[in-house]
Amino acid sequence: MSVRLGGGQGFYGDTPRAVEGLLADGIDYLCLEALAELTLAILAKDRARDETLGYTRDLPRYLTAAIPAVIDGSTKIITNAGGINPRAAAHAAIETAKRMGVSGLKIATVLGDDLMPRLNELQAATSSRLSNMDTGASYADAGTDPLIAAAYLGAFPIADALSQGADIVITGRVADAALFLGPLIHEYGWAKDDWNQLAAGVLVGHLLECSGQVAGGNFSGDWWTIPEPWKLPYPIATVDSDGSAIISKPSGSGGRVDLDTVRHQLLYEVHDPSAYLSPDVVADFGSAIFEDLGDNRVAVRDVRGKPATGTYKALIAQHAGWSGETRVAFAWPDAVEKSRATAAIFTRRVEMAGLQVREWCFEEWGVNALGGPTVPQLASGIEPPECVLRVAWRCDDERTASAVGRELIPLALSAPPAGLAGMGRATGGGATELISLWPTLVDKHLVDSEVRIIMETS
Amino acid sequence: MTDSPRIQLRDFCGFRSGDKGDISDIALFAYDDDGYKLILREVTSGRVKQHFGSFVQGDVLRYEVPNVLALNFVMRRALGGGGPSSLRSDNLGKTLGGALVRMEIDTKGLALPRLRPRSDVQWAEKTLATLMPESDNWDT
Repeated sequence: MSVRLGGGQGFYGDTPRAVEGLLADGIDYLCLEALAELTLAILAKDRARDETLGYTRDLPRYLTAAIPAVIDGSTKIITNAGGINPRAAAHAAIETAKRMGVSGLKIATVLGDDLMPRLNELQAATSSRLSNMDTGASYADAGTDPLIAAAYLGAFPIADALSQGADIVITGRVADAALFLGPLIHEYGWAKDDWNQLAAGVLVGHLLECSGQVAGGNFSGDWWTIPEPWKLPYPIATVDSDGSAIISKPSGSGGRVDLDTVRHQLLYEVHDPSAYLSPDVVADFGSAIFEDLGDNRVAVRDVRGKPATGTYKALIAQHAGWSGETRVAFAWPDAVEKSRATAAIFTRRVEMAGLQVREWCFEEWGVNALGGPTVPQLASGIEPPECVLRVAWRCDDERTASAVGRELIPLALSAPPAGLAGMGRATGGGATELISLWPTLVDKHLVDSEVRIIMETS
Repeated sequence: MTDSPRIQLRDFCGFRSGDKGDISDIALFAYDDDGYKLILREVTSGRVKQHFGSFVQGDVLRYEVPNVLALNFVMRRALGGGGPSSLRSDNLGKTLGGALVRMEIDTKGLALPRLRPRSDVQWAEKTLATLMPESDNWDT
């Protein structure tokens, strides 16, 4: 016996089209990962507008694609699409089922990750005092009021929900890999101290949680040889009871699964690979043995785990001012000089207008905007054929950030020659809100006491 | 120039970069044991810190991952304040892996790794030519 997991979503905004290939190939669990670090703060804005929002709104599209496979008993769905409002996501799921004429689906909601209502209590009670785990800074110095605060829960509540008969499990913030580890714990009855098995499940989840990134997407190897990249597949893991697994992709899809694509994902955003911290185990990715079985199949085994820590990671998001951004393109000759001159004129005009800018960012696209100090200086006499000046700024308030952008417009006729001005991500000159993230640690027992599973039937 | 004592990482390494808050994580992959020995000796955390200059305000940690012939670099205060508050175009550091393999290293005393081929995309021009048969935009 083995369990087949499909990684059907890698972020909020990914395509539900990939689900079809996974379901056609046969998977026991469809795991949908929707929450990047920033996503909860985006969802908080939704909920502020409308109490029934706060989950990732593409959930109904995924469910519409997958519910037929749930009804015929072949698949269950695990997702963190609940965001900061898992109950609202469950209601959206019930509505989706109703629209499809489906009833009797058991939908579980995992609650308890939301720390917002308890921040003051937690600051006093938890051993970290909510200090910043990256910088060591004290939470008392964190500044503005938080927008959201959530702990990364582990996989056991998901396993519990499945044991209670859930067809669809909706969570808020959980560790991404927990979406995949949960069903393995449920299927194989792994205990809380089966460290090696739990580590293997975390590794499998980590490989699958970024959808196409393990199958040839965002791949720095011989990327141009990836077959049919417009049909890039989403991955499948076939996992045995000891945690050994085979990573593969649906038949008939494009993309590639081999040792190189798999190791690219293995080390994605893991910090120390020999001690990858998850809520349920500390996994040693360096212990894993990989074997390329050919035909887009890679086996992984012998993953070792160490006891989990006594804390959950939590992320507190705070308002960090407002930004605006603009871009102006210049052509040869003197493209770079004209860019710099325009940046200087622009900032002087902003200053003369009495607008206060807390931080400027100047970039020369086509020269070194992305590579920064790693880009060698251009040799004397060598000019790039064109250069795009990008200027971004941070202000305390939205009105000022917008007003700064407007100071650029007159430069169309009164700056160095032939700049093609166009507003960037702040379309029409509008400002966008900036958010800072405050990572911290919270003692597990303070969080576990609040974890609940709510079961509803569609 | 296989007999040169200096070699650029892009010619024998792969990479992937990502973020957690203001931390940039870069994995650097060798393709054979010779390549791994080279990066192990040459691509130190100090060298990486120096390479990124003002982009990386904090320290750089290096982890060795021999089971996949890789090094993993954790660079603190490296993203202009972190994804959602950074003013940089690349606020998540997705391109910093590519910036790392711009580094040139000394191979003196060690065997040269097998060099990797440069990109050779056949399908893109063919696909685009069907859309823009008269265009010369994509000539190289």
